[in-house]
Amino acid sequence: MAALTFDSLRHDRRTAIAAAVGIGIVLAVFPFIVGTTLGNSWLRILDFALLYIMLALGLNIVVGFAGLLDMGYIAFYAVGAYLYALLASPHFGLHLPVWAIIPLGAVLAGIAGALLGAPTLRLRGDYLAIVTLGFGEIVRIFMNNLNAPINITNGPQGISSIDPIHLGGITLAKPLTVAGITVPSLHAYYYLFLALALLIIFVSLRLEDSRIGRAWVAIREDEIAAKACGINTRNIKLLAFTMGASFGGVAGGLFAGFQGFVSPESFNLMESVMVLCMVVLGGMGHIPGVILGGVMLTILPEFFRHSAGPMQLAVFGKIILDPEALRMLLFGLALVAVMLYRPAGLWPSTIRRREFRNGSTADVLKEGE
Amino acid sequence: MLEVTKLSVAYGGIQAVRNVSFRVEQGEMVALIGANGAGKTSTLKALARLLTAASGSVRYCGQEISALEPHRLVSQGIALVPEGRGVFPRMSIVENLLMGAYSRFDKPAIVADTEHVFSLFPRLKERAQQLAGTLSGGEQQMLAIGRALMSRPKLLLLDEPSMGLAPLMVQRIFEVIRKVADEGMTVLLVEQNAKLALEVSQRGYVMESGEITLTDEAEKLLANPKVRAAYLGE
Repeated sequence: MAALTFDSLRHDRRTAIAAAVGIGIVLAVFPFIVGTTLGNSWLRILDFALLYIMLALGLNIVVGFAGLLDMGYIAFYAVGAYLYALLASPHFGLHLPVWAIIPLGAVLAGIAGALLGAPTLRLRGDYLAIVTLGFGEIVRIFMNNLNAPINITNGPQGISSIDPIHLGGITLAKPLTVAGITVPSLHAYYYLFLALALLIIFVSLRLEDSRIGRAWVAIREDEIAAKACGINTRNIKLLAFTMGASFGGVAGGLFAGFQGFVSPESFNLMESVMVLCMVVLGGMGHIPGVILGGVMLTILPEFFRHSAGPMQLAVFGKIILDPEALRMLLFGLALVAVMLYRPAGLWPSTIRRREFRNGSTADVLKEGE
Repeated sequence: MLEVTKLSVAYGGIQAVRNVSFRVEQGEMVALIGANGAGKTSTLKALARLLTAASGSVRYCGQEISALEPHRLVSQGIALVPEGRGVFPRMSIVENLLMGAYSRFDKPAIVADTEHVFSLFPRLKERAQQLAGTLSGGEQQMLAIGRALMSRPKLLLLDEPSMGLAPLMVQRIFEVIRKVADEGMTVLLVEQNAKLALEVSQRGYVMESGEITLTDEAEKLLANPKVRAAYLGE
């Protein structure tokens, strides 16, 4: 019996390694396939999809794990992006290296998260949503107006000519030549974003299976019972806000370096709603689902943008509706359809089979911390 | 073990609990009975620090606890079974029990305690992997009590364990409560079902509109004509 389980375990491990290697190869060659077949615009979309995965996973900690409805999440993305813009652009004449700015962005966004969390500890559901929505708007309006009396954010014009992400002498703005292979800029960004997205996925998975992760879920399920179990609900909730926000800060910094330009417009309410949609549509609290949600909601609007015109030409022989307008309509319909037919999300968690494959408490404890 | 002196609780301007004083001795089971709205649950919530008392003192093992944060009480040895059970619906029974042991780090003992809870409530063992939200009310109450026991408390606070349950289930749960008390646990039981509560307790306090109006040994309270008329429906 013991030998049998050991065998199957080894077998599992072998398939897991094989799967990981397979996925790794696909992810590695993916930008080249997309770049040659679909072109650079889709490569950019791919890069953005990775940023949105990071954002969605950050929001998933707050909304999915801890059950705290945050409608202003994009504010933390803004904090990270503006920090990068201020510290690596001609605006202040500062050109700090990326390895210093990104962690700083995570810390600063985390602090902003705690600042949002502290006054809202007693709020839940709709009320929390309203306060966080206000917070998101406050941050955006600050960015919009902090050009006087001292010009910090350059107001609605935003900050431009931001340094591209560069490490040592290597800059991602120009094609890189590594071991004889030339990697174009968009591909290089893809690899960087992929690495950080994988790191954030890893951290999310570890958090989910930790003591803290269980405390978050307990608070989501029943806050009073969580207190009665000895959970310091105040600190654990603040931690959810802080962790979630820091992921957003990292993504924001990368966004600023990638885009080369930030302005308050990029951080409006619609963006917060979009990230929330990724979490809810993908499957709240389920990491693979949230990743899927992030990818889908980045790609769908672009897909409709590219297909709305040709589709009309094929069906009607002429363009009746402006593709720009039509794409949001189709996108909205797609969202409605998903929520109607898959109310728990595209890929919800199969109710917690993770911990109880064998069912004994000893196994659960072993898997835990 | 627990000494409450002149405890008052107010919601806005309304006083729900007025100058309530009572004691629970080590190893004792004490019932706090009274009608709906008498202030029983408010008293218990103030003890468990889910509410902040307006005034008064709560001493536990000689130490003032009325300013402690709620999560600290668990490591001090006080466990609350909240009103309306409060299980974590989308966690399995085992996960719920493990949450009860959140403040502990002695894994082998935690596993042993899970087995102990299962021996008290065999029905939970049968459904160990089932989600708590799919259990019947009685089973959820069993789980809530089991989860409280998982923190290895010295003092167990029970808030209306009979609420909304079928009589047969209530009977079974009270048997277990009695059993836990017989094993040496100190229990403070808040209950509307005065007869049942007094039958399993040593002493009782009767609460009426926010004040304790009567206290005696449980047997004497059961025989008291006033209590019989007001709470036992005779």
